[in-house]
Amino acid sequence: MSHENDQCGNLYCRARQRLLQMHFESGVGHIGGNLSSLDLMLCLHHKVIGRDDRFVLSKGHSAGALYVTLWSLGMLQDDDLKRFHKDGTVLSGHPPSRGIDSVPFATGSLGHGPSLAAGLALGKRLRGEPGRVFCLTSDGEWNEGSCWEALIFAQHHRLSNLSLIIDLNGLQGFGTTREVADLGPLADKFRVFGLRTLEIDGHDPLAIREAFIETAGGPTVIVATTLKGCGVSFMENRMEWHYLPLDEDQYRRAIADVRQACEATTTGRIMRFDEGGHVLPAPHRDVPLAHQELARVQPKDLGGRRA
Amino acid sequence: MRNVFCKSLVAQARRPDFVFLTGDLGYKALEPLRDAMGERFLNAGIAEQNMVSVGAGLARTGLRPWVYSIAPFVYARPFEQIRSDICLHGLPVVLVGNGGGYAYGVMGATHHAIEDYGVLLGLPGLRAYAPAFDSDVEAMVTKLFAAAHPAYFRLGLSELPEGAEVPPYVPWRKLCHGGGATVLVVGPLVGGILATALRQDEARRPSLWLLTELPPEEPPTEFLDDLRRSDHLIVVEEHVAHGGLGQMMACALLESGRAPRRFVTRTAAGYVSGRYGSQKFHRSESGLDAASVATLAAGGE
Repeated sequence: MSHENDQCGNLYCRARQRLLQMHFESGVGHIGGNLSSLDLMLCLHHKVIGRDDRFVLSKGHSAGALYVTLWSLGMLQDDDLKRFHKDGTVLSGHPPSRGIDSVPFATGSLGHGPSLAAGLALGKRLRGEPGRVFCLTSDGEWNEGSCWEALIFAQHHRLSNLSLIIDLNGLQGFGTTREVADLGPLADKFRVFGLRTLEIDGHDPLAIREAFIETAGGPTVIVATTLKGCGVSFMENRMEWHYLPLDEDQYRRAIADVRQACEATTTGRIMRFDEGGHVLPAPHRDVPLAHQELARVQPKDLGGRRA
Repeated sequence: MRNVFCKSLVAQARRPDFVFLTGDLGYKALEPLRDAMGERFLNAGIAEQNMVSVGAGLARTGLRPWVYSIAPFVYARPFEQIRSDICLHGLPVVLVGNGGGYAYGVMGATHHAIEDYGVLLGLPGLRAYAPAFDSDVEAMVTKLFAAAHPAYFRLGLSELPEGAEVPPYVPWRKLCHGGGATVLVVGPLVGGILATALRQDEARRPSLWLLTELPPEEPPTEFLDDLRRSDHLIVVEEHVAHGGLGQMMACALLESGRAPRRFVTRTAAGYVSGRYGSQKFHRSESGLDAASVATLAAGGE
């Protein structure tokens, strides 16, 4: 096990436990979507995002994962997390409009983040400033027309300093994404726009890092396949964990699951097991990134329609 | 007024922080601005929700975005983006709505803006600006570049009566003195009312006041003097009653113990006959035309 992998493993499991503790102590739900996006936020903030970069959490209901990520960076303290969701807190259920320097916008109404991030990216370009802008959306969020408005704008203006990440956990408010408004395969929609589109396992830190190494001549879209409730066996892929808080017994079982995963991981990737104790496969299309690049729809392939 | 607006912005085009976004409008009007601003003039396409949020993002990086469209497309379509992205963060974005009130006339109700500032002024920190005359625009543009709050700029058509002279722009302005009622008007609608008043005897005509910034700041002493003398205030606006200046003034005057004995509002009544016509037609249907206001000021209905 390399030193780096060891660090990753600690980080991802420690943060997962802190997230569960915070939600349990505050009696707050939205845990499933926080666990699906936590690894993405952790890896982005620890391994990709630098001083000149900005991050917009468009799926504001994953604020818990963002707060824990900022805690893991030392930008929020234990005392801050203890006040999560309580009267007088800065840490509201969705990211606040003021009070945390690294949170540029209050979010929570879906479909705003991509445009806000496009504005930040364009502003950087016009001001001649370095740095990139990262925006994490949910998958159900792409029901919102404003997301597609943002995509058209970002691509038209070739905002190469913008990366959109989709937390593709397949579940939304009142059904699966397939049942509610099927956009699948979502990545193909982005490719038809001519965007550089990558598909990764959203719980694999090495894949996440690799996906963000390069920038292209326009915006990049990372479609990260994830599991709602990832790392807690009784939450995974279950819609009720979009909403429910944990009771004490569930909290104990959740922590035990995460600890088991921590002991097993060698890469930071949360290891998941079936009832017989066998390791479950990763929930993503197993296509190497290099091959995905080659498979990308090239603008010229769209012929006259592009005019 | 749109051409004067364009010219005033061209004068600011060299500011490195100025960015102009249009929702695919401005043909035969904004070309000089486009040419002066280069890459900082962006046609954001017919996608107002995105345009407003992009404006918020630009402002977050320290730029001064102006976001332009026909009025309802810039305040009604992207309302949540204005609320959550601009106003919750107090960002200095200027939303420019061309065609305040019934200005788009027979183009139809979808293009009218008769509840614009009432809707917007409920948002934190936002102020609305309704220039009445072409001569107001440049001063307002300069003021908005220095402002640190979100703003709505309601463009209409200047209706300065021929030969009339009006004081330079300040938010509260007295346009003529008279012995009758005190009449307070929002924006360009005041032009025709002023023309009628100037033809009347001073003893009978109203004291006519113009307000071009909302919500109103503390009125000047001279306005309060007129109010005490006449004991009769008429508030006239090309805007629905709900959320309009009339309601704001009623509240402010009651709370400060200055309420006059007679208080009347004349507001946009919507589509009274269900028919469409020019701005003049819709004003008349609402009793906002100069003759109706003069009758009202003289004590009639």
